[in-house]
Amino acid sequence: MNWLLKGGRVVDPAGKLDAVRDVLVKDGKIARVGVGIPADNAKLLDVSGKVVAPGFIDMHVHLREPGREDEETMESGSAAAAAGGFASIAVMPNTDPWNDSQSITEYIVSQARARATVNVFPIGCISKQGKGEELAEIGDMVKSGIVAVSDDGHPVSSSHLMRMALEYTRIFDLPVIDHCEERSLSHGGVMHEGYHSTVLGLRGVPSASEEIMVARDLILAELTGGRIHIAHLSSRRSLDRVREAKAKGIRASCEVAPHHFVLTDAAVAESGYDTNTKMNPPLREEEDRLALLSGIADGTVDAIASDHAPHNPIEKEMEFDQAPFGILGLETSVPLALDRLFHAGRVDLSRLVSLYTSGPARILNLKRGTLAVGAVADITVLDLDRQTEVSVGAFRSKCRNAPYEGWKLKGAPILTLVGGRIVFDGRT
Amino acid sequence: MTPESGFRLRHKHLLGIEPLDAEEIRLILDTAESFLEISTRPIKKVPTLRGRTIVNLFMEPSTRTRSSFEIAQKRLSADSLNLSSSTSSVTKGESLIDTAKNLEAMAPDMIILRHPAAGAAHLLSRVCHSSIVNAGDGAHEHPTQALLDAFTMRQKKGRIQGLEVAIVGDLLHSRVLRSNLFLLRKLGAKVRVSGPPTLVPPGLDRLGVAVTTRIEEALEGVDVVMMLRVQKERMVHGAFPSLREYFNLYGLTQARMKLARHDAIVMHPGPMNRGVEIAAEVADGATSVILDQVTNGVAVRMAVLYLLSGGAVGELAA
Repeated sequence: MNWLLKGGRVVDPAGKLDAVRDVLVKDGKIARVGVGIPADNAKLLDVSGKVVAPGFIDMHVHLREPGREDEETMESGSAAAAAGGFASIAVMPNTDPWNDSQSITEYIVSQARARATVNVFPIGCISKQGKGEELAEIGDMVKSGIVAVSDDGHPVSSSHLMRMALEYTRIFDLPVIDHCEERSLSHGGVMHEGYHSTVLGLRGVPSASEEIMVARDLILAELTGGRIHIAHLSSRRSLDRVREAKAKGIRASCEVAPHHFVLTDAAVAESGYDTNTKMNPPLREEEDRLALLSGIADGTVDAIASDHAPHNPIEKEMEFDQAPFGILGLETSVPLALDRLFHAGRVDLSRLVSLYTSGPARILNLKRGTLAVGAVADITVLDLDRQTEVSVGAFRSKCRNAPYEGWKLKGAPILTLVGGRIVFDGRT
Repeated sequence: MTPESGFRLRHKHLLGIEPLDAEEIRLILDTAESFLEISTRPIKKVPTLRGRTIVNLFMEPSTRTRSSFEIAQKRLSADSLNLSSSTSSVTKGESLIDTAKNLEAMAPDMIILRHPAAGAAHLLSRVCHSSIVNAGDGAHEHPTQALLDAFTMRQKKGRIQGLEVAIVGDLLHSRVLRSNLFLLRKLGAKVRVSGPPTLVPPGLDRLGVAVTTRIEEALEGVDVVMMLRVQKERMVHGAFPSLREYFNLYGLTQARMKLARHDAIVMHPGPMNRGVEIAAEVADGATSVILDQVTNGVAVRMAVLYLLSGGAVGELAA
């Protein structure tokens, strides 16, 4: 099916474009971007008054397949992604079994091709079974389509292994994504260490646990010339380290998750120990949240990534100490960003779109995140004025672990195209 | 300042001291006064809670709190049921919520919960219809302990307002500390705390207390000295090098007690480690009110049970 997206405000940071244009989609590709394009045999999509952007990319998703299909599957995860405005997701390797070999990567790729409605880009393990001992067969996995390596969820504690990973991945120009956590400091912690952990009597995770590893990784990236990407960066001092490293020319990038710029550790107290406020890294303090907002605005932050982590309600409805870490994000990321970043005046639209498109595409070497002629027709259409109220029960995800029930947000994705196919249509 | 006749608790549950206001705390303490005498009678029983069912769900070991609640229930003629983690289906993997829902299906009026996880009582209060009493949740709160501590201070010192109180020991892991901080601040006492920096949680200054690493500074001129238990496990985790050194730096000795006011009292929530946080001669000395705390605990818990069952001031049968 060919489409003519008529009269929308086209925001394509990769092509430095922000103007009212028509976009013609032909044979799954962007055929033309211009003014007054005739429809010919293309089907008309009136998007006047709406924003037409390259298909959004969420570079940090836990799809849970293979191994925990009770929590998320190719079908449910891609439906959640599409409804959240995402044409592409990069999926973390901490499945069961871990994605640490070519056969698992191929399984994910083939299952995604058969059953997912959005693009699924697998991320492979740094180490075999994510154990942090020896390198996984990264070259083999690259052949089958991984776009990065990470032992997400299992921080790489050995500095030697991290060095090896940063050096070895230079062969493939592959980014190493690290979940930065010094476990001897965070051990047993269930929320951010600060005033609120004291009052609630919960074991705290100091920000230093993240910052030490961020500093280490940046030093190793400088040593090796490898590419380090800091996952779900949550603290002010971590951000300062990344800003310095970038200024020195170190090949570093970072992502921030929406929950870290909309919530603080006060939410754990205010919710009365709601385990939906428990994730890793934990919700930090207001000064961290404000620093992240600055980093998002000034370009230190490269991408917004949800760290979408579905957890079975049976496991989440527990004592706070015992519940697993993790929060859903695919279906709330873009509305939260539009409301709290764009409408709040923190960033302009082009910057916001780049955090979801050209930013992650550059990190993962994806030929996506652009509306250039000839590019794959992954498109996200936004309605900046759409008022929504978060209803966790209506999520497409199989899980319900999000603390946003009833939040009123302004701005939402209304149409998602993947390779010229409409995979989500929420225009009515 | 005393609550007027007919005043009731505004809460269905007792999850902590933090949600209570000063008036409610005084209501509980005043009600406990009237219950104290019952324990001195030859027949220590009143029919106040006859026909009420109370479940004591203790998922963590306890001597004082558990027996105190049980005795309080018996003296009020309530029917009680005792469950611990080792004798319940928790050993078969049943979740806390399922355990509570199953108990609820037998229509108890109240559940007293002791649990190692902070927030466990909040969790039950969200899914249960009966009143939940927090009998200690992790390092969060132990409200009835703070109430009996306040009751004892008032009994010995005649007031709480303006008292200088020192709390010394493992501040990081203590639920007794947190409940006492909330209570003492609400009732106008001045609190200083002391312990090794490795056992001091962040943000205590925001709770309006003075923090010092020197016990001597904390004890100077205080009316009340409250010692907190130090667990040997903390030493293993590296918070201090040995129990001997801990006692040398933070143990309450007779010499150190001389820094406090001449009429200062010594308190301890128990269980005590003699020779670790407190010298035996201080624990057993004339200024110690440690066993009075235990006696008062029964009256305070009777008051809590009575008030949460809908009782009001002035309705008590003589």
